[in-house]
Amino acid sequence: MTDMTADLDINNSEQLRYIAAQAADARVNVELETEGMTLNIGPQHPATHGTLRIVARLDGEQVISAEPIMGYMHRGYEKLTEVRTYPQVTTLINRIDWVGSFANEVPFILAAEELMEVEAPPRAQYIRTALFEMGRIANIMLFLGDMAVQLGGVTAIFYAFRDREFVLNQIESVTGGRFHPNFNRIGGVKDDLPAGWIKETKSSMQKVRDFCDEMEDLVVGNEIFQSRCRGVGVIPADVATSYGLSGANLRASGVDWDLRRDAESPLAWKDLDWKVWTHPDGDSFSRYWVRLQETREATYMVEQLLDGLPTGPIMAKVPRIIKVPAGESYVQTENPLGAMGYYVISKGELTPFRVKIRTASFSNMSISPWLLEGVYVPDIATILASLYFILGDIDR
Amino acid sequence: MTLAHFLAVNPPYWVETLTKIGIGLVAVLLPTGALVYLFLFKMMSFMQSRLGPMEAGPYGQLQLLAEFGKFLQKEDIFPSKADRFVFAAAPFVVLVSTFMLVLVLPAGPDTHFIDLNTGIYFAMAVSSISVIGILMAGWGSASKYSLLGGIRAAGQLIAYELPLVLSVVGVVIMAGTLNMKGIVAAQADFGVWFIIPQFLGFLIFLVAIQAELTQPPFDMPVAESELVTGYLTEYSGIRFLLFFIGEFATAAVFSAIGATLFLGGWTIPFVDANAEIMDYIGPLVLAGKMILIAFLIFWFRITYPRFREDQLQRLAWKFLIPLSLFNIVVTAIFKVVF
Repeated sequence: MTDMTADLDINNSEQLRYIAAQAADARVNVELETEGMTLNIGPQHPATHGTLRIVARLDGEQVISAEPIMGYMHRGYEKLTEVRTYPQVTTLINRIDWVGSFANEVPFILAAEELMEVEAPPRAQYIRTALFEMGRIANIMLFLGDMAVQLGGVTAIFYAFRDREFVLNQIESVTGGRFHPNFNRIGGVKDDLPAGWIKETKSSMQKVRDFCDEMEDLVVGNEIFQSRCRGVGVIPADVATSYGLSGANLRASGVDWDLRRDAESPLAWKDLDWKVWTHPDGDSFSRYWVRLQETREATYMVEQLLDGLPTGPIMAKVPRIIKVPAGESYVQTENPLGAMGYYVISKGELTPFRVKIRTASFSNMSISPWLLEGVYVPDIATILASLYFILGDIDR
Repeated sequence: MTLAHFLAVNPPYWVETLTKIGIGLVAVLLPTGALVYLFLFKMMSFMQSRLGPMEAGPYGQLQLLAEFGKFLQKEDIFPSKADRFVFAAAPFVVLVSTFMLVLVLPAGPDTHFIDLNTGIYFAMAVSSISVIGILMAGWGSASKYSLLGGIRAAGQLIAYELPLVLSVVGVVIMAGTLNMKGIVAAQADFGVWFIIPQFLGFLIFLVAIQAELTQPPFDMPVAESELVTGYLTEYSGIRFLLFFIGEFATAAVFSAIGATLFLGGWTIPFVDANAEIMDYIGPLVLAGKMILIAFLIFWFRITYPRFREDQLQRLAWKFLIPLSLFNIVVTAIFKVVF
């Protein structure tokens, strides 16, 4: 056997192994060396429901830094609108937030109407507002189930899918499309309501309220859900406003701001008796709670709209070939995911010159590096789910 | 029930062993199949307001066979950086632990594989072998998600091993024996099943087996919304199927152990526990009680969201373990006083 005091023979593998072992022991004795790990979440990952990618730097299970990388599903809608006539654009922008699509069309149509100085008749405005709110209900119902799935309770999502059908069926029977209604026209809506629709819708609104009660029992009342969500991903009001959050994410931080009430709009919200729900905590639980209350509030709004539906035409007088006069306008509405706005520049042609789309999810996601810093890996799913983004709304 | 009873001959040792292995496989796979079909497919579907399997065979009865066929056809993928031996061996380690659990389960006065004097002790010991398999899977996959899942699983299983064992101690004190058949006999002598005097122990046992099975609300190791499927992420085809069988077979076996400890095992009230007939209807009675406990397990599984890792550990160490120690103390005092 080799004598350890002899000169080092670099060809002797036993000697080398001995030295390596000594060195390893010395290192462990000095300090337990640990190194971080970079976890690449997405673009194909169940928590991102779509193609969002988050590069998280981890120390154990704690996130040191997280960076969202967006754009895997960019479809160039802003550019595409420049080669579509105004009526054609609605088909395109339906696909931005694909679960509450009706609401996507409305701000664009309002912007175009503003440029053309047309106003839709009151009945059309009421129908628009009712369908807008039903789009909101269909969208947020999905969230109410999905958040529970992200936390591991699979059953809620099945109830959400089941009960969302009631709303989608009603939207379909008016517009002909479950997800992509394409129902708004400049100066009004395409068709009047079918016979018997009002009664059916009221009963489906009752079913939505039953669903909300069910979620209140199954999800909100669940102690594990509460312990997973309370105090997780807290956004203080000042941080929320400085990151440009909107919608329920902002109201859950205690900021009482709702474009339906606070902005000048030709839609029928001003005629209704309703309440803006806020929550002072700003954590994931309050974001869920605010959305739940908003869904319930929206069902009452739809019922009020249907009760007060005015008679009259559903289209204003508009030319057969729509040419929007030159000018600029920006219209923002309170969409299911938050404030959504269209900045439309027209040069007096058949197509818009430039359209800038402000989507809520894009701004809401911008807070995620700030919010994910220092949380544990399980909370990434909670926080992302509670911020509620639709991938199409991030990458339009 | 030895083979000699049936054949009236003394078969060679190897024949008896092979027969026992065959019966053992059937004893694991049949309840597993029943559990998967009845609970995973049908009960969960009805609770979630969907139909479940309807197409394969009458009322979807053959769905399980279809799933088997599907998994067997799939490619057996090894990740390029995986530790091939560890990766390949992991599912078998998990399965071995399940099969060894069955060994000590009595299903009748003479229907059993081995009548160990330390039966429940043996069962608790071999149930923790599955941790090694899960760690092997997590490490061998060479994937970050798998590694996180494997380590979470190890931490969780070790933590919940303790309340599991401690909740059983109450039953052992009352029965005065570690032998599974002895525990069943003690329940028959005692008059009521141990679920009544040991209700607290039963609840702790339920929570602990839920965690041992890594099912919601304790499914942090396979949390699909964060870790894809944790240590299972890289598995496909037959190896995934083995893990799948392991998961549900363990659920079945743990339910059967729970039925033996707390619900009187193979016995039924007002029938002599040692009657000859019990050898034949005992397995059915045990299966019925097993289904009852499995129903609870799967009901929790689909109702609750999951705990976070730290909350889960806190529940084990700060709540369940003190509670089960309290249970042991109270049981011991009653045992001494009465």
